[in-house]
Amino acid sequence: MKLLNTMLIGLLATGLFACSEHKPQKKGVYMLIDISGTYTQEIDKAQKIANYLLANLNGGDSLAMAKIDSGSFSEKDIVAKVTFDIRPSTATAQKHQFKRKLDEFVSNAKPSAHTDISGAVLQASEYLRETRAEQKYIIIFSDLEEDLIKGHVRKFDIPLVQTKVVALNVTKLRSDNIDPREYLKRLDAWEKRVYSGGGQWEVLNDLDHLNRLLES
Amino acid sequence: MNNSELLLLWSDNPSVSVVIWASLIILAMYLGRQSGHRFITAFTGMLNSTLKTTSEALGNFEQKVVKRNKQVILHEGKLATERLIEREFHRVNTLVAMDLSGYPAVQRKITDTINQIEADYQSSNETPPSPPDWLEAVESISTIKSNGDSAVDKVLTNIKESLVNAHEQTMREYRKNSLSRLQYLKKMLPSWRNLSQTVTGMSKSITDLSDRAEFIDKQMGVYEKIRAEDDKVAHLLSASSLTQFFISTLVLIIAIMGGVINFQLIALPMSEMVGGTSEIGGWKTADIAAMVIIMVEVAMGLFLLESLRITNLFSLIGSMDDKMRRRMMIVSLSILTILATVEASLAYMRDLLAMDRELLMQSLAGVATSNVEFRWIPSVGQMVMGFVLPFALAFVAIPLESFIHSSRTVTGLLLATLVRVLVYLANVFSQLADQVGRVGVHAYDLIIFLPLTIEQWARHYRESREESGDEYSELDEIGGNKS
Repeated sequence: MKLLNTMLIGLLATGLFACSEHKPQKKGVYMLIDISGTYTQEIDKAQKIANYLLANLNGGDSLAMAKIDSGSFSEKDIVAKVTFDIRPSTATAQKHQFKRKLDEFVSNAKPSAHTDISGAVLQASEYLRETRAEQKYIIIFSDLEEDLIKGHVRKFDIPLVQTKVVALNVTKLRSDNIDPREYLKRLDAWEKRVYSGGGQWEVLNDLDHLNRLLES
Repeated sequence: MNNSELLLLWSDNPSVSVVIWASLIILAMYLGRQSGHRFITAFTGMLNSTLKTTSEALGNFEQKVVKRNKQVILHEGKLATERLIEREFHRVNTLVAMDLSGYPAVQRKITDTINQIEADYQSSNETPPSPPDWLEAVESISTIKSNGDSAVDKVLTNIKESLVNAHEQTMREYRKNSLSRLQYLKKMLPSWRNLSQTVTGMSKSITDLSDRAEFIDKQMGVYEKIRAEDDKVAHLLSASSLTQFFISTLVLIIAIMGGVINFQLIALPMSEMVGGTSEIGGWKTADIAAMVIIMVEVAMGLFLLESLRITNLFSLIGSMDDKMRRRMMIVSLSILTILATVEASLAYMRDLLAMDRELLMQSLAGVATSNVEFRWIPSVGQMVMGFVLPFALAFVAIPLESFIHSSRTVTGLLLATLVRVLVYLANVFSQLADQVGRVGVHAYDLIIFLPLTIEQWARHYRESREESGDEYSELDEIGGNKS
């Protein structure tokens, strides 16, 4: 009798678990766009990536876009941010609005004197933590060459637990062509930094493979 | 010790070792020949008897299934025939109540009409007034010649004029009378027509009643055969049930496809109500909500047809009093209409959402947004579909009832067929086990043919020795006697 009761309770619990509301994993994406020097010429590509993200993110997901300038650990650098509503019509309206802000930013973007990638990544990490997304992505559209203002301190581990950092379009600098080891060293340094922060690292130079962008 | 080591146990040369093993096995088999034969015979005999018992048990089960199937089929047929007869009696009752209850009135009407016609006929039959009696005398006088006498001539002329006048008056009277008769006959015409129509109506009612009586007679015949558990009727009912099963399955498949289309129409817009991201048990909540709406529509359709007494799935609804049943019909029809309206609006919303999404995609792809002409046509089409499909789905109750009733018979038939196949297989394997036992004994002897042959030779040799020994002893005896 006891065994029967236990079995019945087990079955009931299984049924309740199966019927309980289950939410798919929410995604949080933070895209950083480098606007230093000649990299502003690449901003069209960044726009395409942002469009791809807008097309593929669903209700409940969060998306933010920020520029990497001289001092990027600031909310002022955020171009647009949104958490899509669970109702498709509202989410579509939010996407339209996001697209308008993005277009505005692309048409008015001015190159910055310095490049504070670490500050931008830290800002992204903070934002993603607050979204409480289950899958966190930081997309860096940059050559990964950091050029800080004198006095700015960025040599520390950035908390990137359960965050996937994807470096996109890491175009080779002129100096890289002379000594490609510089390029590899930059990638290596960032990889180590991401792993030491508890995150995952991936480089995606070919923009035809954008479908791999949001793979966990 | 593995197989190869075991094989080479007697010698390093595999051939020699194999020969030794074979010799040992043959020797062992020869020594245990009787036991071996008994084992084979007993084992195959056991299989044979087990399979025979199984076959018999299955055969009995098959008989029971067939009997049960027949009972089910006859019961279903009995119910269907009862329903048919009941319906026919109901129709006859309606016919009698509506048409034949007015028979006395009709009869009175016919009698009145006939009396009217009779009277009219009598009126039309009256003889015309005859000319005056003196007319013949005057006619004779008028033919007398005047012979030039003016007074006589004048008198004769007067007489002739009187005669002509009297004739004209008579003719006028006659024509007047004829016209009057014609008027009477004319008045008879509608009465005739009326009579003809009444008689035709009565005839039609009687013919209809006669046809129905014939149909009832036929159904009663079937009913009596069902009650007598006639095999032919059972076979016919079974065939009819199979046909019903296949037809209802086909219609249900069509209904399911309609349901899928309906689901596609409302699944996307449902996410506007319940959200597009949550899931229940791995299924999107919006999809489940859409499915629930469709299921509720089907259920309402079921209740509607049930309360209309078109289907008979819930005996409780069927046995409700008419007032309650009518209420239930109104409620289910109202809910169905509300749901159909909701679906129509959802279908429209789906179109709006799709258009919005299309615009976004075009904008993201950098393509200029195009303004498609006649965009309203699919929108209206979707709305109409959203409204009509729930009502169409409501009728799924009819094939569903047919499917449920016929599937009982079909399942029974399939089970009986399966059991029959199992009986056949059990019989085949039983025979096979018997034959295998016999072949096994012979195969056993074939393996040990060498020692058996030697044994046979030895036996022959011993027998021949014994025979020759007997002959010698006989000869000795004969010799001894001689000496």
